[in-house]
Amino acid sequence: MAQTVTPGTSPESSRPSYMYKMVLLGSMSVGKSSLAYRYVKNDFRELLPTVGCSFFTQTLNLDEATVKLEIWDTAGQEKYQSVCHLYYRDAHTALLVYDIANKQTFSRAKIWLEELEKRFLPDEIVIALVGNKTDLGAEREVTTEEGEEFARTKGLLFMETSAKSNYQVNDVFMAVVHELLRREKEKASNPSPYGRSTVDLGVSGARTRCCRT
Amino acid sequence: MAADVHKKKSWEVPNGSLAPGDGQHAERSESPTPGLAQGTEPGAGQEGAMFVHTRSYEDLTSPEDGAAVARSPEERRGEPAEQSSMEQISKDFSELSTQLTGIALDLEEEMRPGKEGKLEPSPQTNRRDSVLSGKEEEDVTMDAWRMHRKHVFVLSEAGKPVYSRYGSEEALSSTMGVMMALVSFLEAEKNAIRSIHADGYKVVFVRRSPLVLVAVARTQQSEQEIAHELLYIYYQILSLLTWTQLNHIFQQKQNYDLRRLLAGSERITDNLLDLMAHDPSFLMGAVRCLPLAASVRDAVSSSLQQAKAKSLVFSILLSGNQLVSLVRKKDQFLHPIDLHLLFNLISSSSSFREGEAWTPICLPKFNSSGFFHAHISYLEQEMDLCLLLVSTDREDFFTVSDCKRRFQERLRRRGVHHALQEALRTPFYSVAQVGIPDLRHFIYKSKSSGLFTSPEIEAPYVQEEEKERLLGLYQYLHSRAHNSSRPLKNIYFTGPRENLLAWVTNAFELYVCYSPLGTKAGAINAVNKLMKWIRKEEDRLFILTPQTY
Repeated sequence: MAQTVTPGTSPESSRPSYMYKMVLLGSMSVGKSSLAYRYVKNDFRELLPTVGCSFFTQTLNLDEATVKLEIWDTAGQEKYQSVCHLYYRDAHTALLVYDIANKQTFSRAKIWLEELEKRFLPDEIVIALVGNKTDLGAEREVTTEEGEEFARTKGLLFMETSAKSNYQVNDVFMAVVHELLRREKEKASNPSPYGRSTVDLGVSGARTRCCRT
Repeated sequence: MAADVHKKKSWEVPNGSLAPGDGQHAERSESPTPGLAQGTEPGAGQEGAMFVHTRSYEDLTSPEDGAAVARSPEERRGEPAEQSSMEQISKDFSELSTQLTGIALDLEEEMRPGKEGKLEPSPQTNRRDSVLSGKEEEDVTMDAWRMHRKHVFVLSEAGKPVYSRYGSEEALSSTMGVMMALVSFLEAEKNAIRSIHADGYKVVFVRRSPLVLVAVARTQQSEQEIAHELLYIYYQILSLLTWTQLNHIFQQKQNYDLRRLLAGSERITDNLLDLMAHDPSFLMGAVRCLPLAASVRDAVSSSLQQAKAKSLVFSILLSGNQLVSLVRKKDQFLHPIDLHLLFNLISSSSSFREGEAWTPICLPKFNSSGFFHAHISYLEQEMDLCLLLVSTDREDFFTVSDCKRRFQERLRRRGVHHALQEALRTPFYSVAQVGIPDLRHFIYKSKSSGLFTSPEIEAPYVQEEEKERLLGLYQYLHSRAHNSSRPLKNIYFTGPRENLLAWVTNAFELYVCYSPLGTKAGAINAVNKLMKWIRKEEDRLFILTPQTY
């Protein structure tokens, strides 16, 4: 299946290449699509609410590896939440986005985290908490410390961004990619103590492959 | 939750045929006559139709599902009718004006035990302003609000606001309570309110349990046409939620605030209402094609057809609100209403311009109980060409996405890309091409194919109001032609600024607008000439050879 990591070496170099599925989650109009748009197209425009889900890909040629990111930008509207698990299933990383000028969206991000914790083991997924819209600093309702503190206790990456003024958008995506690569290395040098020696009837077949290099 | 793609009984038109038979196309007469058989008129498909065969306007408005039709209140409640006695309702009615919650007392018994459900946090506090629709909430007490030509309200049977075209729903909750009281008031007498006509206004009610839709209009449209538009709004809501989910919600909780689920989609409904005021597709219950050389269209269609996947049901290529090509699974027909809803969805959101969208969507006329999954993407950044791939399998994103890639590849290999681009540069044709001096505009619909053609609206209909006035005239003629008690076949209308002629037969509908100085004889001459022209151009203006996978 396409959304799994395809380990191996690219023909022209000895760099490994990876494919990661990334999902953007969060309330309505916190700027998920704008972040994706800024990252993929380096542009900003006033976007209308996403319908269902948008899909983007981005390939990164890094010194250590070639990384293909499959970005699933979900709709924040409640009616799509019944289908949302479709989008984050098998994800390798999730960006939990909230609006720093809207406290409610921060609480909602916490709920999203609970949801993800139910479905993934901590080492299965890299989660980043993203406080977007720093350009609205004057209307801030969630302090940087609050976000930081929450991310620290839950072991999440944390960053504040502004898709509008292009503040730290690339950084947050890069931080996630580096964390994914770090974990990849860790696993290579230190195979999982549980091993994958038992027979697994297909369910996590795809995932098994992604844990090796 | 793959949608059930089996044929639905309610599709079947009285004579039992879903689509016109294929055998009747042998003769395509040069100059059509009123006795022209359906399936031989200009624009009729040569290899069967693409759409569910809607014989007439009335077919379109018939309920899509017996169960969705408003039932009498006692059936709905499972209680004897006496319980909601007139006195009780009159009492409630008088109390309503003081009730700001907008919930009629007589409906309290319908709600779940334990009194009113707990107040849900309203996610709509920052509704439209936050979604950047560029639409400010209006003050409903202002005159400007009252001056709108057409208001549309949607409410639940508990009297809770669901949607208002103008102004915030909260501010209108008491108004909506009154509307619901009116509906209940007449229902108590086993009657149904359909419309109120007063002071130049038409107030039209459409009941589709668990929703009530109300329009307050100052337009020239007939009550039937306004009701038809309200039905579109109802289908629009179904396309987001499905009929099954909508009913389930209200069975669980009568006073549910549906705006929670519709949050973020108000603009889709707003857009639909705006589109209906400008685009004759909705009035005609038909689809307009992008004018395109038959060879190019055939190449596009077969490229689409070859890029198939097991779960695909419909592959649709469109530009603006015009159809370029449609390929369908054998034996599966799309209903024009469903296609209109898809057109509206795409035109109401710029978010499809970027990346690939994958969204659940219900096509209520096809099957109102399940979701399809639609892959929506634009072929190229600068080209107004949108590809819609409708799949039954929500897991199939990558397969369907690959269909798009294959389609584009084939398009390139066939070398029609350039011709397509050229055609997109002139998406409308001028009425001057017909070569009839007095002719200003026309709408021609082929009934068997469900397609229509119409030139660009040109001078003197330049201003937006003028365009709307012209559409209003067509609406008027259409409503006269399709009046259920006294339908008309030929109408000649002489106005101060233009003359119009309508001609409705079994096979086609034609509405012609021409100079006010023209004569009736001249008009009839022009119509004959026009029909010949349409016949000559039919392979460019229509899709004559629809493809299936």
